[in-house]
Amino acid sequence: MANTHMAEPPVNIEIDGKPIKARKGEMIMQAADREGVYIPRFCYHEKLSVAANCRMCLIEAEKAPKPLPACATPVTEGMKVFTRSPKAIAAQRASMEFLLINHPLDCPICDQGGECELQDLAMGYGRDIARFSERKRVIQDENIGPLISTCMTRCIYCTRCVRFGQEIAGIQELGDTGRGEHSRIGTYIGRSVDHELSGNVIDLCPVGALNSKPFKMHGRGWEMTQTAGVSPHDCVGSNLYGHVLRGKVMRVIPRPNEAVNEIWISDRDRFSYTGITSNDRLEHPMLKQDGRWRETDWETALAAAVNALRSVHGDAGVLASPSSTTEELYLLQKLARGLGIHSIDTRLRQADFRDDEFEPVYPWLGQSLEDLEKLNSVFVIGSNLRKEVPLLAHRLRKAALQGGAVMFLNPRRYESLYPVATEINVASLDMTAALAAVLKAALGRKTAPTHLKDLLKDQEPSAPQLRVAEQLLKGERKAILLGHLALQHPQYADLRALAAALAEVSGAQLGYISEGANSAGAWLAGAVPQRLAGGKRAALKGLDARAMFVEARRAYLLMGVEPELDCWDSASALQALNNASVVVVITPFITDAMKHYASVLLPSGTFGETSGTYVNVEGHWQHFTGMTKPMGESRPGWKILRVLGNLCGLAGFEYLSSEEVGEELRKAVGDLKPDNSFTATRIVASVAPLKGFQRVAEVPLYSADMLVRRAPPLQETRDADTGWVRLCPADAKKLGLAEGERIRVSHDDASLILPVKCDDSVAAGNVWLAAGIRETAGFAPFHSGLELEKIR
Amino acid sequence: MTGSQALALSKRVRQVIDAAIKRYPEGRQRSAVFDALRAVQHENQGYLTVELMDAVADYLKLEPIKVYEVATFYSMFETKPVGRHSISVCTNISCMLRGADDIVTHIEKKLGVKTGESTPDGRCYLKREEECLAACAGGPMMMVDHKYYENLTPEKIDRILEGLK
Repeated sequence: MANTHMAEPPVNIEIDGKPIKARKGEMIMQAADREGVYIPRFCYHEKLSVAANCRMCLIEAEKAPKPLPACATPVTEGMKVFTRSPKAIAAQRASMEFLLINHPLDCPICDQGGECELQDLAMGYGRDIARFSERKRVIQDENIGPLISTCMTRCIYCTRCVRFGQEIAGIQELGDTGRGEHSRIGTYIGRSVDHELSGNVIDLCPVGALNSKPFKMHGRGWEMTQTAGVSPHDCVGSNLYGHVLRGKVMRVIPRPNEAVNEIWISDRDRFSYTGITSNDRLEHPMLKQDGRWRETDWETALAAAVNALRSVHGDAGVLASPSSTTEELYLLQKLARGLGIHSIDTRLRQADFRDDEFEPVYPWLGQSLEDLEKLNSVFVIGSNLRKEVPLLAHRLRKAALQGGAVMFLNPRRYESLYPVATEINVASLDMTAALAAVLKAALGRKTAPTHLKDLLKDQEPSAPQLRVAEQLLKGERKAILLGHLALQHPQYADLRALAAALAEVSGAQLGYISEGANSAGAWLAGAVPQRLAGGKRAALKGLDARAMFVEARRAYLLMGVEPELDCWDSASALQALNNASVVVVITPFITDAMKHYASVLLPSGTFGETSGTYVNVEGHWQHFTGMTKPMGESRPGWKILRVLGNLCGLAGFEYLSSEEVGEELRKAVGDLKPDNSFTATRIVASVAPLKGFQRVAEVPLYSADMLVRRAPPLQETRDADTGWVRLCPADAKKLGLAEGERIRVSHDDASLILPVKCDDSVAAGNVWLAAGIRETAGFAPFHSGLELEKIR
Repeated sequence: MTGSQALALSKRVRQVIDAAIKRYPEGRQRSAVFDALRAVQHENQGYLTVELMDAVADYLKLEPIKVYEVATFYSMFETKPVGRHSISVCTNISCMLRGADDIVTHIEKKLGVKTGESTPDGRCYLKREEECLAACAGGPMMMVDHKYYENLTPEKIDRILEGLK
């Protein structure tokens, strides 16, 4: 907001006798904040519109007959502002007295106590004795869901939370109903607040009205130690702080970084810490002997793991979570390759690897996150953006609100909460054709690249497809982004080739929205079969994440993965693991499936328990330290891998710290610059459509990884209500199904029974069945032909 | 906006809303929320339900909370079932000086209800408070179902109340 008047000549004002150059059109508050002059405030917030309703920021201005609100008074030439004159202080004290009339004196039992803006300012501006002896108004609390606790009697009606909904989230869920004494902030109907960024109102609330529900009554601000961290859930790499009390992460709050997450974090980043202490935590090394599990010491477990890994002479597959740290991934691939194992991958949910040798050095956004806001046009291919990477969706929302054209090609219609210029929704397997049609429209009379001729041959662009092409051809700043649904698509290589050609013809920047927190780091560390550390091509290319299960290996080494939930073809993954002679698992959590397939379990630290680095989707290396010690006997992943390397007799595993590991990799990476230009000139023929209903899988917001799946508050949200078979109403009718009725879904020999949801955002012939959830664990691949049968 | 099945609005209500929307610039359909709520309330025995407010929100493409905010703020809208006939006595300064408080007491006695309540037979609803209705010259005054009655006396009130069916 303040930047819009940069070019204008400055306005000369004086604040408390100090001459200041202010920007034309800005408010006194903005100028004062920049100069470091603090004016008390409650309703004003730099990221929100001006409401001017708390009156705490009243100041005195020369020649003005009355005190003025600093947040809503624009600067004018020659203005003299007094923020601490007797008149200003008297006005501020009077405002404070009004605010405290109805505010309860319950600071000792209020979670906000000690970190409360009202409490702090009341110290400076409040009276010692209240003059208001009448009854205070009391408000009955609403339950607004599992994440935010309410105590609305404490509310001072600053409306920051309401404006957050309107202006940042894009959907107003909280409102101010009633009038005067009877007005209250709430949902009116007692529903839950569901937006994926909703937790930010906890930070915005200047009093104890909106607080973190999982943290309620768990600790005091001054008792906890604060450690900087990075979100382990998505490719933005949101900066955050962990607050630790008695060795336990008690809560997570945002760490402001304008370039990455501004001042926000998603609810997933904020509440996933609750999964750290899950009952599923593996706290001791475990060994299976004669089919029975027993706890053991590290020495025995590591020796067993080393023996197992050496015994198969390289005939093994190594799979790691793309949210592992860069250091862990670097050591993992170093260990694997040192043992002659070349099949190592982190692209768990990718299916189509036809052209992966021609991919850039890592999945790169193609621009900075901040640049996304300034785009004139952006075409997003295959992404439920809000639920995949909430803060990236927030950047595009800002672009749209500034007049940018945001366009989507998706297998399903999603709610974006901002004006979408064009939306193309087609059945999943028709996405390639639809994208080809857009490319054809953009090419106009230009000839198509030879490798795409077949794909473009029979396309006739429809009106929306023409619009997308037209929009991409004009304007200066434009981008084409490939989302998770594209990445998981069985024809990903085709989509990528088409998107790249479209980017080339339109001058748009091609970008990737990668999975997990550290896909970029994984590629750079060499945790993909076709690349060594530092982006160098692997001379010996191993099998990819899908092939290593189709062509079963004798042994597997898993790190932070639940294959029955995380893999594209979870059924074949489970089968291969169950048949393997030995499976070594490095994991913070133990599952029933692991007990079945694994031979050695090595407990590793999870979020907050290890130091390391994540490389975000911009290529930004973000280092963090551990917040607490790993639970029980578990150890940070990099330490486990270092010792494994030593015990295997491999050279170069003598690291003293994770920083040393990181430095070694940084040297290997050097000043490598990502380049998203497309170099493949030939693509292998695409896969054929499948029989029956086409399954389309999507990984729900709160099923993305091991940790978030174990965060109880997130699992109680509406976004976690995922166990449904979604069909378009016409298909449901054909099968004689009504909403909520149960249906048998079969694939090969496997079947499961789930209730049906009629959903007109689903294309005809498609069946939406979430992946990464308990109900579909070990079931059909992400894309597969399904048979549906009504249960009588 | 909620994705749930919205209640259908009557043809007349839709006409009223459509006409109201036309009075405002494009994209400012939110401004029609008053007309919409008034029309809906009129057709629903003088009060609004959450379902009806949701239907208005759906029709105007607003978040439901925006409609709740308006409906609960203005005293002209009722969000709980009330009697068929709405009686609002002005108790602002001019009418107060002319004896509005006695008028309210008289009506309360006559109907056997306090302000803010409806008669058990569902015939009359006595509004909690009414702001100035801009008929100061004729105070004390009251409004019954959108109709003004001025220079009130107890006798006059009795006649008016008896006329309500």
